[in-house]
Amino acid sequence: MLPVIVFYLLSTIAVGAAFMVIAARNPVHSVMFLILTFFSAAGLFVLMGAEFLALLLVMVYVGAVAVLFLFVVMMLDVNFVELREGFLQHLPKGMIVAGVLLAEMILVGAASITADKGKIVPTGGKSNIEEIGDVLYTEYAFFFEAVGLILLVALIGAVVLTHRTRKNVKRQNVSEQIARTREDGVELVDITPNSGIE
Amino acid sequence: MSIGLSHYLVVAAILFTIGVLGIFVNRKNVIIILMSIELILLAVNINFVAFATHSGDIAGQIFSMFVLTVAAAEAAIGLAILVVYFRNRGDIAVEDISMMKG
Repeated sequence: MLPVIVFYLLSTIAVGAAFMVIAARNPVHSVMFLILTFFSAAGLFVLMGAEFLALLLVMVYVGAVAVLFLFVVMMLDVNFVELREGFLQHLPKGMIVAGVLLAEMILVGAASITADKGKIVPTGGKSNIEEIGDVLYTEYAFFFEAVGLILLVALIGAVVLTHRTRKNVKRQNVSEQIARTREDGVELVDITPNSGIE
Repeated sequence: MSIGLSHYLVVAAILFTIGVLGIFVNRKNVIIILMSIELILLAVNINFVAFATHSGDIAGQIFSMFVLTVAAAEAAIGLAILVVYFRNRGDIAVEDISMMKG
């Protein structure tokens, strides 16, 4: 009985928070509701027996992505009220499309899943992390490396995009310093008395 | 009464729909659109994990992990583009982004 209660509780919170993400007036609140959504989804993952993914969701999303969003929302000095214009205007159209989409998905889901065992069973006798580790570095090793490459590209891309070189900043130029010779730097001048340097 | 595969699929479908609705109603605000995309990817992840558990195959969870990584990379790049755009324009209204077309 407890899993049923927990499922309905978590999914209600997830759906409600997800709705608040798109409906909140303040983007900072949106980010907070996004965190709540991901947290509840992590709970659902635990219910399904995917403990590792639940932890990963909390770490990656709550720890990294949400903070990134929060950072950008707070850094950009934008008038968010202006950006909300047209919310009510687009709402009816959006609701129609969303309603059709939801109905279609649920219909397809209900029609195609005939062999619903009615219960989700935990896989195997091993722990979830053990099971993932068994296949991740053997069967899916290349995919794993490809994902690493994607992250590397994202990292470099983000740095290249946002990096800017400022003018009027004095920086050390090592090669110029090393290439400097005695002839460039020092000049010997013969000065006749009482005349000074030109 | 027990919780089966279809329960999770319905939750995922609702989350997906909310994500699509978010893109529809918040047309001007790129940040909310990016968050809606995250919601959509979360719905996909829930589906993957639900099917993985249902069929007793761990592959779905692995795939869900890959989706998670790509989503994180996408968010990072998207926000970086947003910051650069804001720096150049002083605004993030999506409707004006057409200025980049050739």
